Amino acid sequence: MSRHPYIREPSKTGWWLEQPRYIRYMAREMSALFIGIYGLILIVGLFRLSQGELAYEAFLTTVEGPAGLIFAVVAFVFAVYHTYTWFQVTPKAMPLMFGGKRVPGVIIIAAHWFGFLVVSAALWLLVGG
Amino acid sequence: MSARTIELEILRYDPEQDDVPRYETYTVPYREDWVVLDAINYVKDELDRTLSYRWSCHMAVCGSCGMVVNGEPALACHTFLRDYPEKIRIEPLQNFPVERDLVVVMDDFIDKLGSVKPYVVAKEEKDVDDGEYLQTPAELAKFKQYTACINCLLCYSACPQYALNDSFVGPAALALAHRYNLDSRDVGRVAREDVVASNPGIWECSFVGACSEVCPKTVDPAAAIQQTKIASTADYFLSFLKPWNRK
Repeated sequence: MSRHPYIREPSKTGWWLEQPRYIRYMAREMSALFIGIYGLILIVGLFRLSQGELAYEAFLTTVEGPAGLIFAVVAFVFAVYHTYTWFQVTPKAMPLMFGGKRVPGVIIIAAHWFGFLVVSAALWLLVGG
Repeated sequence: MSARTIELEILRYDPEQDDVPRYETYTVPYREDWVVLDAINYVKDELDRTLSYRWSCHMAVCGSCGMVVNGEPALACHTFLRDYPEKIRIEPLQNFPVERDLVVVMDDFIDKLGSVKPYVVAKEEKDVDDGEYLQTPAELAKFKQYTACINCLLCYSACPQYALNDSFVGPAALALAHRYNLDSRDVGRVAREDVVASNPGIWECSFVGACSEVCPKTVDPAAAIQQTKIASTADYFLSFLKPWNRK
């Protein structure tokens, strides 16, 4: 008897379309792209601020225009999705033991949302409004 | 036997005759309590004796009957026919060479499993007469979930990273490395690091999480790998505080 195993080559580019869970994974990873772009826009804003009032006013006009606002909404939706997916996996990456027992995942997730809301509120009080 | 029947479309590959795999369809009468493995056994016993596949315990303990059922990695003994429409496609596990029909070549996994030293590396070897290595229930609870792995390879079949780069050590082997790293009786963590904390080790994982979704024993290999990443990152930064410990 001769051995002659058959090797099935995976698709190098289309693999993520093969399963809904791979598509969900790619959506989670892609959401970081919008957050990254938003971060870059903020850095550009800082740079324009350093160039003086006129430059900064021009920057504000651009980001507050229709295209800027649409991007901000889209980026916000992706940021919420990214935060949601990130917090959902925190019990896996950071399981806690208490009294010899595992702390339920839902408590770890809720603690992250709570911390997120506290920090957001503190930032709002400091620099917003 | 009831009159209910189901069609099994099974991937067939005979290395001595076929250049590429083909599908063969069998019509199998089945009962409400039958699993996919029962239907495959029926094919083997009644319809086609040439069909090759692995199985042993029929109770999700041995880990032998992993296959892909309608595109999803599953244990054939743990997957009820009644949950499917009239037709089921059965294929060997993805990401492994097909030896014959539903049998895959798992040498790559066996090598990787060995490479992570999946056993207790004791600080001092004790003689059997000196008794057990003792452990408290709380110490056991830290890693017990990861002891449930039955090496069925569903996680490797589900993992797109392993599909794209087979140098990846992979979910089950890394989960077992984590299991022993967490064991209070074990001191093998540093010895495992060369394999575990390398690029083809934990850092090849991008946390798709498919391994944990298909795991029939709820081992959660994705969790094990992320925890190992955190421990390894902490080691890296702590090594700057303790330069005399650096390699």
